[in-house]
Amino acid sequence: MAARDDSPETRYELNKDLAKMLKGGVIMDVTTPEQAKIAEDAGACAVMALERIPADIRAAGGVSRMSDPAMIKGIQEAVSIPVMAKCRIGHFVEAQILEAIEIDYIDESEVLSPADDVYHIDKHKFKVPFVCGAKNLGEALRRIAEGASMIRTKGEPGTGDVVQAVSHMRQMNSEIRRVVSMREDELFEEAKELQVPYDLVKYVHDHEKLPVVNFAAGGVATPADAALMMQLGAEGVFVGSGIFKSGNPAKRAAAIVKAVTNYTDAALIARLSENLGEAMVGINKDEIELLMAERGK
Amino acid sequence: MTGAVLALQGAFAEHEALLHTLGIKTIELREKKDLEEPFDFLVLPGGESTVQGKLLKELDMFDELKKRIDSGLPVFATCAGLILLAENIENDDKRYFQVLPVTVRRNAYGRQLGSHHMLLDFKGIGQIPATFIRAPYITSVSPEVEVLAKEDEEIVAVQYHHILALSFHPELDMDGRLYRYFLEHMAKNASDMASGTTSDKANVLPFSA
Repeated sequence: MAARDDSPETRYELNKDLAKMLKGGVIMDVTTPEQAKIAEDAGACAVMALERIPADIRAAGGVSRMSDPAMIKGIQEAVSIPVMAKCRIGHFVEAQILEAIEIDYIDESEVLSPADDVYHIDKHKFKVPFVCGAKNLGEALRRIAEGASMIRTKGEPGTGDVVQAVSHMRQMNSEIRRVVSMREDELFEEAKELQVPYDLVKYVHDHEKLPVVNFAAGGVATPADAALMMQLGAEGVFVGSGIFKSGNPAKRAAAIVKAVTNYTDAALIARLSENLGEAMVGINKDEIELLMAERGK
Repeated sequence: MTGAVLALQGAFAEHEALLHTLGIKTIELREKKDLEEPFDFLVLPGGESTVQGKLLKELDMFDELKKRIDSGLPVFATCAGLILLAENIENDDKRYFQVLPVTVRRNAYGRQLGSHHMLLDFKGIGQIPATFIRAPYITSVSPEVEVLAKEDEEIVAVQYHHILALSFHPELDMDGRLYRYFLEHMAKNASDMASGTTSDKANVLPFSA
């Protein structure tokens, strides 16, 4: 019987492959095992375990850190779908802890207070996969060069306002189209401009997409928001505060899941959007003092 | 020949890409009206079985698809697809199509750290690359189910009449051999029966190489 191939290259492929399995799905922020069950029953393809959802992190202020491992383990026990958790940007020990409790995906996240204002985590050092936020192609490819196996837009977490996620997805896709349209001899200069390895720029040029799966995140609150992000090219959606800050989380979550699957069927999304109860109130980007998307470039 | 790929959630685009390299047309099944399109076989891709199973039922596609599988629609299933087909799931109360008389264990290798890649001996084909992502395996089969591959003692590929079900993902390794096997041995016969063509004629197939 052949042995398993456990080289770092294979591990990275396996980690990118897990993200492929999440495609077309919705990853939901949850803070308790009960919420995790609600999310799973509503059709979440994974949950993000965290102590406070971004809207409450904004409200509370102060330093926001990795969640209590006991709380994360409680959520791992409660559901059968993949469980993700966040560590602070650059905090490789928080990441080591999350790996030690066998988390399925680490989100090195701008939602938490950055632990390092210069360096991101060297994600090649880990066996578990990382997802990172990006608001443009350069950020995305820098995170991938550091070892991220999945990307999401940053959006503006905890606002219920989709404008930043839209802007980041459009920015990323327009930069991808620009790279695709370049002559091959122009890619070297583009790599220099983007401050990323040439190989990654070449990949984007040849394949017309990022080398990893790309989700939308940050401000998605309604089935229509989720379908908008999918029509703009997202391969799936993270919903944070939008579900458990709303009037009827289970119903809203299930509606968002269906809207992501059938994101071009307006008649269906219209039905899904009926009587969902109160959406999260939301705050506008001009009303907030802290722009999380400016963390970690 | 046209394959219908269940496109509710998961890695369905990878199956479509692999089938296109074999010259097979595909359609996507996302809602009930998609079932009105003609197709010759069904692909159940990887992803989360809980999500796919729930959407199958809530989007009202479940009964129609089950009826067609029961009456001989060929099925190629990977990972979550295997769970959707299994008669029994050892560590889950949910049940879906229950058309494959096997018992599976979900997330049988544990969390993502248990995901792995290896070369596997596949009956009748030889060594194939196999990628397991938070994969299930089969813990028991009824006698009429043919076991096609094992990793150590664990059953990871089976054939049962018109159903081929795998724990792993040939579509991620872009290995078309299992699809060729499926198309030649399983999908072709069903398609012949449906269209009334003779087996002589159907032997001439582009993917027989």
